Amino acid sequence: MQNINTVKNAIPQVAVKGLKWEKVKKKILRSKFLYLMIFPSFLYLIIFHYVPIYGAQIAFRDFSPFVGVLKSSWVGFQYFSEFFSSVYFWRLIRNTLVLSCSSIIFEFPAPILLALMINEVRNNKFKKSIQTIVYLPHFISIVVISGLVISMLSPTTGIVNEVIKALGGNSIAFMSEPKWFPAIYVGSGIWQSTGWGSIIYLAAMTGIDPTMYESAVIDGASRYKQIIYITIPTILPTIVIMLIMRIGGVFNVGFEKVMLLYNPLTYETADVISTYVYRRGLQGMEYSFASAVGLFNSVLNLIMIVSFNGICRKVTETSLW
Amino acid sequence: MVGGENMSVAGKRITIGDRIFDTIIIIILCIAGMVILYPLLLVVSGSFSSPFALMSGQVVLFPVEPTLKLYKIVFSHPEIMRAYANTILYTGLGTLISVSLTSFAAYPLSRRDFYGRGFFTTVLMITMFFNGGMIPSFLLVKNLGLLNTIWAIVLPGAVSVYNTIVMRTFYQSNVPLELQEAAELDGANDIQFFFKIVIPISKAILAVMVLFYGVSHWNSWYHAFIYMSSRSKYPLQLILREIIIQGSTNIGGATTGDTEMIGEGIKYATMVVATVPIMCLYPFLQKYFVQGVMIGSLKG
Repeated sequence: MQNINTVKNAIPQVAVKGLKWEKVKKKILRSKFLYLMIFPSFLYLIIFHYVPIYGAQIAFRDFSPFVGVLKSSWVGFQYFSEFFSSVYFWRLIRNTLVLSCSSIIFEFPAPILLALMINEVRNNKFKKSIQTIVYLPHFISIVVISGLVISMLSPTTGIVNEVIKALGGNSIAFMSEPKWFPAIYVGSGIWQSTGWGSIIYLAAMTGIDPTMYESAVIDGASRYKQIIYITIPTILPTIVIMLIMRIGGVFNVGFEKVMLLYNPLTYETADVISTYVYRRGLQGMEYSFASAVGLFNSVLNLIMIVSFNGICRKVTETSLW
Repeated sequence: MVGGENMSVAGKRITIGDRIFDTIIIIILCIAGMVILYPLLLVVSGSFSSPFALMSGQVVLFPVEPTLKLYKIVFSHPEIMRAYANTILYTGLGTLISVSLTSFAAYPLSRRDFYGRGFFTTVLMITMFFNGGMIPSFLLVKNLGLLNTIWAIVLPGAVSVYNTIVMRTFYQSNVPLELQEAAELDGANDIQFFFKIVIPISKAILAVMVLFYGVSHWNSWYHAFIYMSSRSKYPLQLILREIIIQGSTNIGGATTGDTEMIGEGIKYATMVVATVPIMCLYPFLQKYFVQGVMIGSLKG
């Protein structure tokens, strides 16, 4: 491989053109079976990912299922401006940001703290048991988790309200009061994903050279100091990467969990862009309008992740690409 | 150099501060463990309790007036059982398709001498950051005539970018270049090499993939929710959603007075029934999943 590269660089540019094509052809022929192997997945990506991206142009057209995408008349940004001026626009943006930001603030640091704690446990048996327990919720379906949340918080039979009543309070209808929704959303997220999220940080910690801790002990550093000066700096690049991905997806609130947990009574704080797209598009059959809202969301996501990645690359030299 | 008198073997710390620190951490972890286990225990206990005890809030930890009544109702309910069968079918076929596509695609991406590797990797990665959205995807599935068929469930999410990267990373670090060169000398082409050499040494990662995809197909409800319209084709998670979330609990032919009372218990029993297969696999899952995440985090 290296030989080929040096040879390529050695030949003067002018004479190369014909040769280059020959070489490319040879390389392509050499890889022919590899193309055959990747072809099914490539086809899958084109059909199920790139065709919808192409189809997103119905956001700019007055789409009618009877004439198809390309023959529907072009209306430009009509649906976008309809969305921007609708009464729901700010509510959706606000709800999306509130849910997303509170989960970044509360849900994001939780796995880091958990990993730091697990890493400090010396007793291997205890360590293994705790890990087995905290990873468990990751494998439970989101439908079951939502059902669990609803049952636990039920005003009549839920254990949480039993406790409130036992303490002399009045039972609270958690699922139908808008002000509780963000807390329920974030709380259940922490419950489900903290354990699993800690694995990636624990993996990063296995790379730490034990002699570093040993010399820290010799220097008289307490356990707490060792965490601050050895463990955290080591996992910092991982934290940055995870944060980029998380902040890049700030407008990408999980459709599934909101869909399962919200109801018309809590739309005020729970309705987010994706659920709105679902109701207007698939329930209301306003394909073009809903596509415009969805496209707006996708573009917003893209802008967020690209710009945040850029900032991180400049500031910390750690980035996704 | 004075030190040494206060120190035992490296790794053993004896300060009081450190001991307190250890204790606090263990206490916090124990509390965290209990917070995670308690709701699960409550559901299992509830599903074995008498509906009356459940409704009157007597079940706080262990089953009260233990009975299998709720499970009898669940297992004799034709809709739940049909949904169960559907889920097994969707999970089986879906996992087969996903694992084949992924392991096939990841191999060329792992080969440094694959001409066009950068292009294909980019095509793959872009889908992680940008998509056409729910409506165009729905219209595509509709136009392909897949609505309300098994294909609408197993195809749209068939290849996960993350899993492909994990697999590619595995091949990269586990398939020795010498083997590939030797195979080339012997005149084996890439596909023969893949089946004869790569697959046998990749059994561990294939197990990871089967579990990764298997669990996600088993637990998935989104595609069915968007694309399926006839109830007879619903997977278990979608029926569960109706029972649990929408509270449509008047199943099992209970008389009206009983309905509400049994409802909560039925929810619990159904949740348990839907989750038990995953929990049976959990010991394997934990081992292999952690491996998978570790490989994935080695930086793609």
